[in-house]
Amino acid sequence: MTKEIICVACPVGCGMQAEYAEGGSIISLTGNSCNRGLAYAQAELTNPTRMFHSTMRVEGGPLVSVKSAAPVPKARLMDCARATFAVRVRGPVAIGDTLLPNVCGTGVDLIATDRTI
Amino acid sequence: MYDLIVIGGGPAGMAAALEAEKNGVASILILERAEFLGGILRQCIHTGFGMHYFREELTGPEYADRFVVPVEQNPRIEVKLGAMALELRPGGETHTVIAVSKSDGLLELRAKAVVLAMGCRERPRGALNIAGTRPAGIISAGAAQKYVNMDGFLPGNEVVILGSGDIGLIMARRMTFEGAHVKMVCELMPYSSGLTRNIVQCLDDFGIPLKLSCTVVAVHGKERLEGVTIAGVDERLKPIPGTEEEVPCDLLLLSVGLIPENELTRGAGVPIDPATGGAIVNQNRETALPGIFSCGNVLHVHDLVDYVTLESQLAGAGAAEYIRRKNAGETVRAPEYVPTKAGEGVRYVVPQQAEKNEAAGVKLYFRVGGVHKNAVVRLYANGKELARKKRPRLAPGEMEHIEIAPRQLAELPEGAELTVEILE
Ligand SMILES: Cc1cc2nc3c(=O)[nH]c(=O)nc-3n(C[C@H](O)[C@H](O)[C@H](O)COP(=O)(O)OP(=O)(O)OC[C@H]3O[C@@H](n4cnc5c(N)ncnc54)[C@H](O)[C@@H]3O)c2cc1C
Ligand code: SF4
Repeated sequence: MTKEIICVACPVGCGMQAEYAEGGSIISLTGNSCNRGLAYAQAELTNPTRMFHSTMRVEGGPLVSVKSAAPVPKARLMDCARATFAVRVRGPVAIGDTLLPNVCGTGVDLIATDRTI
Repeated sequence: MYDLIVIGGGPAGMAAALEAEKNGVASILILERAEFLGGILRQCIHTGFGMHYFREELTGPEYADRFVVPVEQNPRIEVKLGAMALELRPGGETHTVIAVSKSDGLLELRAKAVVLAMGCRERPRGALNIAGTRPAGIISAGAAQKYVNMDGFLPGNEVVILGSGDIGLIMARRMTFEGAHVKMVCELMPYSSGLTRNIVQCLDDFGIPLKLSCTVVAVHGKERLEGVTIAGVDERLKPIPGTEEEVPCDLLLLSVGLIPENELTRGAGVPIDPATGGAIVNQNRETALPGIFSCGNVLHVHDLVDYVTLESQLAGAGAAEYIRRKNAGETVRAPEYVPTKAGEGVRYVVPQQAEKNEAAGVKLYFRVGGVHKNAVVRLYANGKELARKKRPRLAPGEMEHIEIAPRQLAELPEGAELTVEILE
C-alpha cells in the first residue's frame, strides 16, 4: 500500500510517498529531506498525534490558555476540545500549572500557558 | 527626560528595551496602549513560537512571558500601560513623544533616542472590494482570534474564511475546536500564503476544504450575514462568470494580509519604503532620522516572532550605541552607506542600506514574489557575485535571508549596490 504524506515536523513541509505493509510499518519512503520525516511518516501510518491547545475558564475571572503537555492522538482532538469546555479552574493560575490531568484518558495533562497574575 | 523611549510593548519593544539596557542604557520607558505587555502574542495560543530563538516549541503567551518577566523586574526599564503614543516630534538633540494615558492624561515626554515597535494591523474590509450589503458577521481573523482566545466569545457558527494566511488557517482549527463549522477557506491566489504545516494541521486534519483561485464576490443578509457568493478567478485574478456558488454562513473571516502601523512614523517625517510599508533603515534598524529606530512588524511584516526578537535586539543595541556616543559628546561622521536592492524574483530587502564598515557583517532579510522550487538565492554587487545559496523551496509567506561578510562589504567600490535575486 502507498500513501502521500506531507511532513509537518518543520516548516519545509516535504511531500513524501510512503510504501507500507499491513499494520502501517514503512517499507520505503521517498521525498523526505531528513530522518524526522521518516519518524513523522511512521507515526502518521500507525498513531498520528498532534499538540492540542485551547482556553479554559477561570472561576469568576478571565480565560487562561492551555496546551497538552505532549502530543495527543489526532483522533482524540475533538474530545479534548469538548472536555475543556466543561471545566472551571480555580485561580490564580501560573504558567505550567496542570489544569486538567489525563485529559480524556489519553495519559496527557493539559497545562496552563499563561498566568492570571 | 529618558535616554530611550520604546513605543509598543510587544515582543519587538520588549526585546529592544532589554537589549538596550544590557548595552548600558540607564533610563528606558516603554509605552504600551493595551493593559498588558506582550502585544499580539497574548492571543496566539497555539504552539510554534520560539523554535529558532529558544529551540523550544512555545505558545505565544509563553514566548511573551520570557520577556515580560525580565522587563518587569528590570529597575532601569519603566513601563506605562494604557498609554498610547499620539505623535513623535523629532529634534536634533532630543526627540519628543506626545502620549495619552488613563492615569496620567496627556504626556509630553523627551528622550535621546526612540524605538518604534508598534506592530501591524490587519487589512480592513474597506481595503477589499466585495459587493453587497454591510451586515454584521464580517470580521478580520485577528479580531476573531481576540474574541475567542481572550474574551471567550464565539462570533459565529457557520464560517467561511477568505484568505489563507497563517492567522486564517489557525483560526479555522480554533473555531472548529470551539464547536463552529468551518465550511471552507477561499484563496484568491493559486497558492496559499500560509505555512504548509498549517494547511495540514489546521485544514486537512479536520477535512476543511482549501479553495485556491477563488474569492468572495458578494455578501448577503441585512442585519446579520446570511451567506456569501464565491467564484473562481482567472490568471488575472478576475472572477470567472458562471462559476458563482452560494454558501450559507453567519460569519466571514478576512485573513487578507497585514499592514505595518506607521501613522506615527509618517507624521514624524520618517521616509517609508513603499515595498515594505515600513521605514527605510540601516543595518542597526535606524531610520533616516538619527536616533529614531524601528523594528518588528512595524518595520516589515514577520511571520516568525523569533526574527522579530533578533531584529529588535539589533535596534536596541543600535540605540544604546547612539546614546553612548551622545553622552560621550562624540561627533558622528555621516556613515558611508551601500544601498540594497530587490532583484529578479525578490519583493523587498531589509535593511535598505548597510554601513560599509559594519564589523559584524550584515544579514539581508527578504521576501520573494512567487513560489520557487529548487531555486538559488544570489547576492551580487556591480556584476560580481558575493554569496549564493540553494533553497529547495521559496514562498512569499516565508522570510529568507542571505549574509554579506564584513570584508566583502568593506571592499565594495564606490557607487556599488547590493542586489538579491532568485535564479530558477
Ligand atoms: C492578528 C495577528 C495574529 C498573528 N498570529 C501569529 C501566529 O499565529 N503565529 C506567528 O508566528 N505569528 C503571528 N503573528 C505575527 C507575530 O505575532 C508577530 O511577528 C509579532 O507579534 C510582532 O511583534 P511586534 O512587537 O512587532 O508587534 P505586536 O505584537 O503587534 O506588538 C505591538 C504593540 O505595540 C502597541 N502599540 C501600537 N501602537 C501603539 C501606540 N501608538 N502607542 C502605544 N502602544 C502602541 C500594541 O498595542 C502592541 O502591544 C500575528 C500577527 C497579528 C497582527
Ligand atoms: S522531512 Fe525533514 S526537512 Fe522535510 S519537512 Fe520533515 S523535518 Fe522538515
